[in-house]
Amino acid sequence: MKQAMTPEEIKEEKPYLDWSLTEHEYDYICDKLLKRLPNYTEIGLFSAMWSEHCSYKKSKPVLRLFPTKGKRVVQGPGEGAGVVDIDDGQAVVFKAESHNHPTTVEPYQGAATGVGGILRDVFSMGARPVAILDSLHFGELKNNPTMRYKMEETIRGVGDYGNCMGIPNLGGETTFDSCYNGNILLNAMCVGLMNIKDMEHGKAVGLGNSIMYVGAKTGRDGIHGATFASADFSKEHETQRSAVQVGDPFMEKLLMEACLKLILKHRDWLVGIQDMGAAGIVSSSAEMATEGNAGMKLNLDLVPQREPNMSAYEIMLSESQERMLLCVKKGHEEDVKKIFKDYNLDAVTIGRVIEGENYVLYHEGEQVCDIPVRSLTEDVLEEPSKEIKPQYIIDAEKMPAWRPSFESSGETLKRLLNQPTIANDQFITQQYDSQVRTNTIVKPGSDAGVLRIRHTKKAVAMCTDTNGRFVYLNPKIGGQRSVIESVCNIVASGAKPLAITDCLNYGDPNDPEIFWGLRESCQGIADACRIFETPVVSGNVSLYNENDGQAIYPSPMIGMVGLIKNTDYVIPMHVQEADDIVYLVGKTTADFAGSEVQKMLQGKISGLPEAPNLEVIHDYLKNLHKAMTQGLVTSAHDLSEGGLAVSLAESVFDTEFGLNINLSEFDKTLLFSETPGRLIVSVKPENKSAFESLLGSAVQEIGRVTDQRKLSIKLANDELNTDVASLEKIWKESISCLMKSKA
Amino acid sequence: MKIAIVVFPGSNCDIDMYEALNTVCHAEAEYVSYRTKKLDGFDAVILPGGFSYGDYLRAGAIAQFAPVIPAIRKMAQDGKLVLGVCNGFQILTEMGLLPGALKRNNSLQFICETVKLQVKNNQIPFTTEYDQDQIIDIPIAHGEGNYYADDATLAELEKNNQIVFEYYQHNPNGSVKNIAGICNKEGNVLGMMPHPERAVEEVLGGTDGLPLFKSFLKSGVLA
Repeated sequence: MKQAMTPEEIKEEKPYLDWSLTEHEYDYICDKLLKRLPNYTEIGLFSAMWSEHCSYKKSKPVLRLFPTKGKRVVQGPGEGAGVVDIDDGQAVVFKAESHNHPTTVEPYQGAATGVGGILRDVFSMGARPVAILDSLHFGELKNNPTMRYKMEETIRGVGDYGNCMGIPNLGGETTFDSCYNGNILLNAMCVGLMNIKDMEHGKAVGLGNSIMYVGAKTGRDGIHGATFASADFSKEHETQRSAVQVGDPFMEKLLMEACLKLILKHRDWLVGIQDMGAAGIVSSSAEMATEGNAGMKLNLDLVPQREPNMSAYEIMLSESQERMLLCVKKGHEEDVKKIFKDYNLDAVTIGRVIEGENYVLYHEGEQVCDIPVRSLTEDVLEEPSKEIKPQYIIDAEKMPAWRPSFESSGETLKRLLNQPTIANDQFITQQYDSQVRTNTIVKPGSDAGVLRIRHTKKAVAMCTDTNGRFVYLNPKIGGQRSVIESVCNIVASGAKPLAITDCLNYGDPNDPEIFWGLRESCQGIADACRIFETPVVSGNVSLYNENDGQAIYPSPMIGMVGLIKNTDYVIPMHVQEADDIVYLVGKTTADFAGSEVQKMLQGKISGLPEAPNLEVIHDYLKNLHKAMTQGLVTSAHDLSEGGLAVSLAESVFDTEFGLNINLSEFDKTLLFSETPGRLIVSVKPENKSAFESLLGSAVQEIGRVTDQRKLSIKLANDELNTDVASLEKIWKESISCLMKSKA
Repeated sequence: MKIAIVVFPGSNCDIDMYEALNTVCHAEAEYVSYRTKKLDGFDAVILPGGFSYGDYLRAGAIAQFAPVIPAIRKMAQDGKLVLGVCNGFQILTEMGLLPGALKRNNSLQFICETVKLQVKNNQIPFTTEYDQDQIIDIPIAHGEGNYYADDATLAELEKNNQIVFEYYQHNPNGSVKNIAGICNKEGNVLGMMPHPERAVEEVLGGTDGLPLFKSFLKSGVLA
């Protein structure tokens, strides 16, 4: 087929500007990289591969801040997913990915394909996906039927895909804030398990080896999805529906089983394997060739196609789902075909590894592309970004700290439990199969999900955490606090934190204030990861999360995985026995900037969240973990949104117990402070001295578990006395009430 | 007792069943492909949960045409044990081995939770280790578990004591007469929406599913 425009017309009419390629980049490609004018197909490939989504051209300098190495890190960022050693030759493999733009436009398919994509990243490494988590951020539900619809569809999308695949969803987090009204966030994380010896790479190497296409056929869906994800939303873009892909989890299930069979049983036939994710065939093939230092020739006529008359450009950029690209040793093509045929899947040789370093495409008998592979993958112009510290932060640094003022702490607690961000999210998690494959020890609703590793005593804990409000008020401190929350969640389950993945969700990086926030918050994340010894092993960047100029809060999502060496010491979140002693771990200060109570009472957030002392927190959390492995801790629960009172209440929900707490030196407002790095734990009386001698001054005894369903808290200037059942009812019904509301 | 676990394209609770039988109950179970045409040598066959053929069209609707189906039908006729859990139950109704149908949950949402069941018939080979009317906790995970049958069929089910499990106190999906599981008239074919294989180990939250497998395995020894 003829190219849609001649190279000269492209130079003249600049269609690439619509694909987010700048004139400067175009000139650089012409003058420095190709030394000629690129044709229509070639410039289409450049625009996709040089999009932020594929190239990280804006965020690269920021990503370099992260620590990525560690004793247990087998594979850091750069491959499909990060790989972390968990002893005995086994590894956890994990990564998170954002699908914010597609989910905002078409929530069901956007969410479903977000899950589908992250699963492929994990099984392409040779790992079997064993858990899915999500991190969902919606606009306010109240008086917002569109948002309620979008939330329902998003949940259904996440659920349908994972449920059909038979991979348990271990939860995650859901928050609500008006900053996500025009741009919801869907981050999906997948955790896989493998034997390290089975690890695969996305590379193509070895002259004459075949490039094979497996899985679903290619259609016109998702063309330019990567560039779509790399530009702002606006009313004008509402029509970009064609850029959203459509998912088929059944196809993916077959594809996963076939790929795992090939990798695990016939690895000598396979050279490399990669998911066709963002920017479809071009990104997977170009990245594999780059990784293998090879040239590649593809014949696009051989690509299985779902629609007639697709142009080379469309075939290369389609983001049709459930497809993988393999590099197969010459002579084993038929063997590979047979494996995929067993699963009723296409497996087609579409090209070869060739000499040299060029990327050559043929379509309908004509050569439509001949460019150096690296020009697509490595010669991207990094874009220096301007930074400005926003005035509101400079102002906040000089302002006196805000403190809440209220009559009754009991009433305030009830109102807080009714806030959708704090309320029970069973409405959501119940729609996900959390037990399939029968390894789930701790189901959604706890601080972290816990999965045993079958036929061992080991288990892995996992969680996702985002603190958009703190990051907005002070990006560096907010970044640190996000990691602290993850660490606390992982430790609360009895696990030792291993490493993190991230999704960096921000607004338009061309806005110097937003870029400043991006860099500062990543610095904060990096600082905390160094102290907590949790390197960043994989991740994803999602910029341009804006709608008509309104940016989301900077919302880096931390996905953390931890290791439990003995499932006997998985720590539950709920208290277990009357008369157990309740301790507060960590110091409480008047830290209300960005807190849930501030949002609730003020209708907005302001101020400067406190900077945490990372070393101190790290020290006592290490000791707490040690106490857990010695069997000294009966239950543990992290303090996050809503602070101490909310966590105390949550620790007795769904139990037969209550709490008798004495905080007579506490001002009542401190019940709702959100000072980071705190947990409540319960300890048997006979373990009191052993526990205290390990934790020292980091803990404070605050009360006892009782066998009456009452929450009693004595404070310096108030007394909270309320029955647990009424609190539990508010907390459990909040979200489903909102979803049913007619307003 | 040799047990076949049928793997359809899209089955995903096959491994759960395999581990529950082999690892926990030390039974002898193996996977068989949906392409298998003969199940000779097996004493029992299990249709596990999952999304056979993506549950496209209607849960279980396409699986009923798989090559293995006639062999399953033959086992049922020969009086061998046939157990369908979740998607397996849906397939058994689509095949006509069990009456009625499974509609979408009345909430129109997928539901995963642990529910209480009451054992209504402890006289069939799958339930002898339970007490009559015993209340047990078993997880469910389905989007189409809302059992329906017309009045005549229900009267027949009741008359023949074919209702094996009922949801107790809380009906999660709107099923008629709170039905969670039924058997055929002879009692050798059982279909149920809840997942007993998810309730066989304390570490995973409970063991109320174990008696089902124990009953099942014991009956095999006697037979």
